[in-house]
Amino acid sequence: MSRSANNALLFAAMAVLLMLVGAMQSWNVALAILNMCLISAIMTLGVNIQWGYAGLFNAGVMGFTALGGLAAIVVSVAPVPAAWDAGGARAILGLLAGLATIAGGIWLWKKLPVPRTARIWLTALLAVSGYGLMRLILDPAVDAIEAVEPAMTGFLGGFGLPIMFSWIVGGVFAAIVAWAIGKVALGLRSDYLAIATLGISEIIIYFLKNEDWLTRGVKNVNGLPRPVPYEIDLQGALWLHDLAAWAGIPVVDASSLIVKLNYAALFLVVLIAIFWLSERALKSPWGRMMRAIRDNEIAAGAMGKNVTGRHLQVFVLGSAVIGLAGAMLATLDGQFTPASYQPLRFTFLVWVMVIVGGSGNNLGSILGGFVIWFFWIEAEPIGLALMNFLTSGMALDSPLRLHLLENAAHTRLMTMGLVLLLVLRFSPRGLIPEVKR
Amino acid sequence: MAGNKVLIDFLNALALIGNFVLVPGIAYGSQLALGALGVTMVYAVLRFSNFAHGETMSFGAMVTILVTWVLQARGIGLGPLPTALLALPIGMLATIGLCVATDRLVYRYYREKKAVPVTYLIVSVGVLFFLSGLIRFIIGPKDQVFADGQRFIMKARAFKEMTGLDQGLAIKTSQGVTVISAIVIVALLFWFLNRTRTGKSMRAYSDNEDLALLSGINPERVVLITWIITGALAAIAGTLYGLDKGYKPFTYLGLVLPIFASAIVGGVGNPLGAIAGGFVIAFSELLVTFAYKRVVGYLTPGDWVPDGLVQLLSTDYKLAVSFFILVIVLLIKPTGIFSGKTL
Amino acid sequence: MTYLAGEGMCGGYGGVDILHQCSIGVDKGEVAVVVGPNGAGKSTAMKAVFGMLDLREGQVTMDGQDISHLKPEQRVQLGMGFVPQSANVFTSMTVEENLEMGAFIRRDDISETLSGVYELFPVLREKRNQLAGELSGGQRQQVAVGRALMTQPKVLMLDEPTAGVSPIVMDELFDRIIEVARTGIAILMVEQNARQALSIADRGYVLVQGRNRYTDTGAALLANVEVRKAFLGG
Repeated sequence: MSRSANNALLFAAMAVLLMLVGAMQSWNVALAILNMCLISAIMTLGVNIQWGYAGLFNAGVMGFTALGGLAAIVVSVAPVPAAWDAGGARAILGLLAGLATIAGGIWLWKKLPVPRTARIWLTALLAVSGYGLMRLILDPAVDAIEAVEPAMTGFLGGFGLPIMFSWIVGGVFAAIVAWAIGKVALGLRSDYLAIATLGISEIIIYFLKNEDWLTRGVKNVNGLPRPVPYEIDLQGALWLHDLAAWAGIPVVDASSLIVKLNYAALFLVVLIAIFWLSERALKSPWGRMMRAIRDNEIAAGAMGKNVTGRHLQVFVLGSAVIGLAGAMLATLDGQFTPASYQPLRFTFLVWVMVIVGGSGNNLGSILGGFVIWFFWIEAEPIGLALMNFLTSGMALDSPLRLHLLENAAHTRLMTMGLVLLLVLRFSPRGLIPEVKR
Repeated sequence: MAGNKVLIDFLNALALIGNFVLVPGIAYGSQLALGALGVTMVYAVLRFSNFAHGETMSFGAMVTILVTWVLQARGIGLGPLPTALLALPIGMLATIGLCVATDRLVYRYYREKKAVPVTYLIVSVGVLFFLSGLIRFIIGPKDQVFADGQRFIMKARAFKEMTGLDQGLAIKTSQGVTVISAIVIVALLFWFLNRTRTGKSMRAYSDNEDLALLSGINPERVVLITWIITGALAAIAGTLYGLDKGYKPFTYLGLVLPIFASAIVGGVGNPLGAIAGGFVIAFSELLVTFAYKRVVGYLTPGDWVPDGLVQLLSTDYKLAVSFFILVIVLLIKPTGIFSGKTL
Repeated sequence: MTYLAGEGMCGGYGGVDILHQCSIGVDKGEVAVVVGPNGAGKSTAMKAVFGMLDLREGQVTMDGQDISHLKPEQRVQLGMGFVPQSANVFTSMTVEENLEMGAFIRRDDISETLSGVYELFPVLREKRNQLAGELSGGQRQQVAVGRALMTQPKVLMLDEPTAGVSPIVMDELFDRIIEVARTGIAILMVEQNARQALSIADRGYVLVQGRNRYTDTGAALLANVEVRKAFLGG
């Protein structure tokens, strides 16, 4: 069977699965899964840019996703005037002081013509005093901001712009952080990049959980503005009533379905755009060079290619896509919940998507995103059903049975682990292997 | 009288630092050191970063806890010491079994194929997934209490009575057990690596694989012993950590970063580095997030106490400290304090 | 019959043959030297004798036994010692530990062999507790050779032992090698410093492009006008 036919078949199978869910559970659920699949696909594309083009292992997907969520708040939430008055300007000043310290530190480190030991001490001195200065400026401002109606706001708010801008801003935030991390950790062994990205993502999450003045921390930011209509508004529309009557479903359900379809359409457009851009890049001279470097780094380096520089490009681009997906995710959720960013759920699950789909292959990444997300969600009902079946012979209140049922959800972690291990071992090229050009 | 007050204030400051930094730091440092030792040995011999080590520690702790419950149910105890210590050998055996089985079933294939280090990393992520699911499935995701026996070696109140100071210094039994175990284990490990033929052969294999093969050193045997040691270390580290801070499955994933930071800062692949790194990270975390308010108050003349907490970073950012130290080390001296394996 | 002999060897590292009907060998107590221009296949020939290369044709015999199918580790067990050109010591271990590791396959008491090596290389006794990685190039080579001697081999093969060492150290090394040969061990050596090496050689092989070009005693080769002109700089 030809490649295209093979691919088409796989995607068709995926569609069938979704329709089965729609038929057997509910269409709302099926569409919800579809939307998350679309976002996961974009995330996987981002990770694949780093892995497939350059062989980089980014263990900090979670952090970059969260930065996208941050962008969603910063861009779309309405500003809180009282908070700005209380300490907004001062907070900005404090942040600038911090950035200046970092910039100064980098300049000092790289440019100052003094012996190494002196440089280390000077940079340390600058860092410590700069940090102290920043805290001096920032702390009172932060306290003031957080004191403004903490139950409702207690933070600066955002710029009140349409939320879809945040999708781009999310990419930018992620790109900036990726650039900084890349500068430090690229060019070292691949394991170090993994650990560095793991670390930075944990710090980002901590930052988002604790800097209430910016993000409301664990109080979360609810009610993010939407790019699609609200169900309530739709329910007032006549055409919806007609449609619902014709389809034979309640109006509420119909409104919900329409909203989800709207999201799906938006996400699909973004997905197609990213995919098309990635494919163009892959086939371009730049893409060929990237793959040449990936396949034989030493030879490429000997030929004068700036390997680390290229890796940095790829790392930044891939992270930007992940940030974009993160903003889209926050948009879909309609809220920003720092606590929801868990490494297992994001970083490592996305890696299963990349590997299963076919590392190095964009189409494979999309499929991987779909397949793995689907099974991640469906594993719960399936696992529970399975567990019910397995324990059907036991007494209804046997502690073993209760324990098994209660913890059935965790079998999906085991399943994902097994899937990853099996694919790596027996089908390392994934469902849609990379095409050798 | 004034001179006396200065001395007493100074001692109080010391007690404060001792109670909130020194004692917890030594205990936490020992736990990190034991964890980092496991990671560093796998790195030295098998040449990859085992991201699943946190979950391995969790597994070891889990088995120990289950056995401890059985013992506790039967009224078997260890007096003032935690019963878990009796159960620990079984936990160690189970974890060793897990490590060896994982190697046979999973990692060995990639050794034979001479895969690149990044592949092993991804594979260890798969193992991580599976283990975290397995552990939660067996014991559930919630907090588990299993510590018993005498809680304190030295109670804060007793200290105050003994010394007449305002500040108390408490030493928990679990902390004492941790430190003593760590010393014993490290001594054993170093004796093994430096004084026995097998241990030396492992160092040789880690140093220069080809030359070791030429010398007739059996690679599979070296690998097996490495996993045995790593499994044992993981079980001990995991159990000690659980005794000290309580057992909750998801915390162990969060330990991966400080443990790796310890190993890298100390010099990855070098056991001495793992230990040094563990303490560097532990103390840095504590020193940077400690609120120096009262210490400053004691050390300055008179009764003045600063307004703010005098805290460099809030305690929430403990993890950030490991990370920053790691970044600094990577920038200045990537081979770490004791010059572990080069990049 | 030559104690150790690789006869009619043909083979390479992949598809292309490097060796073409190459034959080298050495007897007990002899020093045999393999020289030739760069890329002549000298190291390859020795690696083939050691078993690090698959032979397409030809065979390797030791003490009359055909050992062509044995792995290097097995040949070590039979009494072959091999000193690689580079990365030939455990840099993070002490000199004495290096020697101990050299004797790894032995289960008996190695102290006599150890003192023998120290007698041969007194500098090593001085530095026995120093890390091998901290030694100078020449001293490292001594550790490498000492390491190989710890198995009490019957044959010692050295791949360019004087690569990168100063002339004085080279002379010293060659002196030691002769001493080792005197104890009855067969020495097979690949060398870049052809003139000096041939001067201590009982047997010399000049290889060109994987083939034997000249075979004779060391002295004879040194006296040979053609050899001198082509490989020894006149």
